[in-house]
Amino acid sequence: MSALDELQAKIAELKNELELQKSATRAARERIDKMSAEVVDSNPYSRLMALQRMGIVKEYERIREKTVAVVGIGGVGSVTADMLTRCGIGKLILFDYDKVELANMNRLFFTPDQAGLSKVEAAARTLSFINPDVRIETHNYNITTVESFDKFLNTISHGGIQPDTPVDLVLSCVDNFEARMAINTACNELGLNWFESGVSENAVSGHIQFIRPGETACFGCAPPLVVAENIDEKTLKREGVCAASLPTTMGITAGMLVQNTLKYLLNFGEVSDYLGYNAMNDFFPRMSLKPNTQCDDRHCQERQKEYQARPKVIAEECAVEDDTPLHETNEWGIELVDDSPPVAESTEASKEVATGLRLAYEAPEITTESVPTVAAAANVDLDDLFAQMKAL
Amino acid sequence: MVDECTRKTLSNIPLLQTRAGPRDKELWVQRLKEEYQALIKYVQNNKESGSDWFRLESNKEGTRWFGKCWYMHNLLKYEFDIEFDIPVTYPTTAPEIALPELDGKTAKMYRGGKICLTDHFKPLWARNVPKFGIAHAMALGLAPWLAVEIPDLIEKGIITYKDK
Ligand SMILES: [Zn+2]
Repeated sequence: MSALDELQAKIAELKNELELQKSATRAARERIDKMSAEVVDSNPYSRLMALQRMGIVKEYERIREKTVAVVGIGGVGSVTADMLTRCGIGKLILFDYDKVELANMNRLFFTPDQAGLSKVEAAARTLSFINPDVRIETHNYNITTVESFDKFLNTISHGGIQPDTPVDLVLSCVDNFEARMAINTACNELGLNWFESGVSENAVSGHIQFIRPGETACFGCAPPLVVAENIDEKTLKREGVCAASLPTTMGITAGMLVQNTLKYLLNFGEVSDYLGYNAMNDFFPRMSLKPNTQCDDRHCQERQKEYQARPKVIAEECAVEDDTPLHETNEWGIELVDDSPPVAESTEASKEVATGLRLAYEAPEITTESVPTVAAAANVDLDDLFAQMKAL
Repeated sequence: MVDECTRKTLSNIPLLQTRAGPRDKELWVQRLKEEYQALIKYVQNNKESGSDWFRLESNKEGTRWFGKCWYMHNLLKYEFDIEFDIPVTYPTTAPEIALPELDGKTAKMYRGGKICLTDHFKPLWARNVPKFGIAHAMALGLAPWLAVEIPDLIEKGIITYKDK
């Protein structure tokens, strides 16, 4: 090859790279007003609208009227937001106060060049690029602090697509008990449905839990329900680390979460109340949880009373138009196990949880006996106490 | 689950009785008084037994706490700043105590320098709501954390003695 040819090849290569760079900075496509079912390569919604043609979903386009709040944009939350964006959700409200770090790169979604950016900002950029039709709102604060919690309450109770309507669903993708309890408190107060999700600290199990205040157990009704991994505590080495994580377990958990979100929002299939995933033996335990009438959360108890007072809608029979009995002939010899998930009452400390699940710890004992030592705080002045503390 | 030494420490910290968080206006003031009383007693006990190891104070609302803790190692005193917020869900959930200057220096920490607690802490706390307060979080959360992590960090040369 002559020097000239080499130079020309080099120029062509650089031109290509420049084009790629340019296309990365401009929007990939214009906004689309109406979802089309037309099957052409240029229609980003054709495969989703096919769900309607096949009779799985009645009106797929209704997804554009829906607002979902995702709290925690980490390993599960970012993938959740990505999936909802590709599904054409109407509006996403993202909450997180963390920054993207290189230590997050074993997970999906974020890329190394985003290190240092706030997670919500980095996510919003990528998501708007993937689907400019989705309205994205970001909130960069810790919802568990007193000041931020009110902003959080206000946002989820007024953040719907229609002015002054609440969001349709809150998805908890946080990694700590405090934030889960804060979401629980907010949703019990507002009577908003939400999904709790989580991945175990050893990265080999995950779960989702659908909480409908008053109707199903809230997150505070009983100790958290987790997947029993049957790993001997003594062989689990914890030295030197807080938590492990795998993109696989997080991706599967996000998948379970968004699948059930879609079923709920678009009204198809059966939404799971609790669905676990055990990566060690690929087991997916499933169950329902009734609320605890003794729940510590006053608002949970109020929602329970409201639910009891409401006339119950008799669950619609699964709309199977084909009236030949299912499984009449069983040419493969497959045996079905009872597929209705077990129901547990959290009142009885949920001792009977479904196979493969366990409570994170024993339910607290409710004792009314007087405690040995209690700080008698009757007529003390707070300023005196401040001063006493300082003087120590 | 709780060893003898911890049991002894615990028996000397007054228990609290008001179930109230920072969003409960007047009840929170009551709770805050109990918090201060328990903390004052705990610090006094520590001083008497020669194991004084921290000081804490809060803003006026009692929602933000800050102070210092120290750890003796080979007769040298290592001191660290403490800070934490009282979460809206307190006392159902314990405060997340942070030592910001150690953030990124040990894997036994979450973002912002929040200490990584043992598997025993949360169930123990949950079983004792609302009787446990900040003093208990210090005794059961931060004290054992310092005892394990600080000697290790010193040995690895990650933290060094600063003469004041
Ligand atoms: Zn409840």
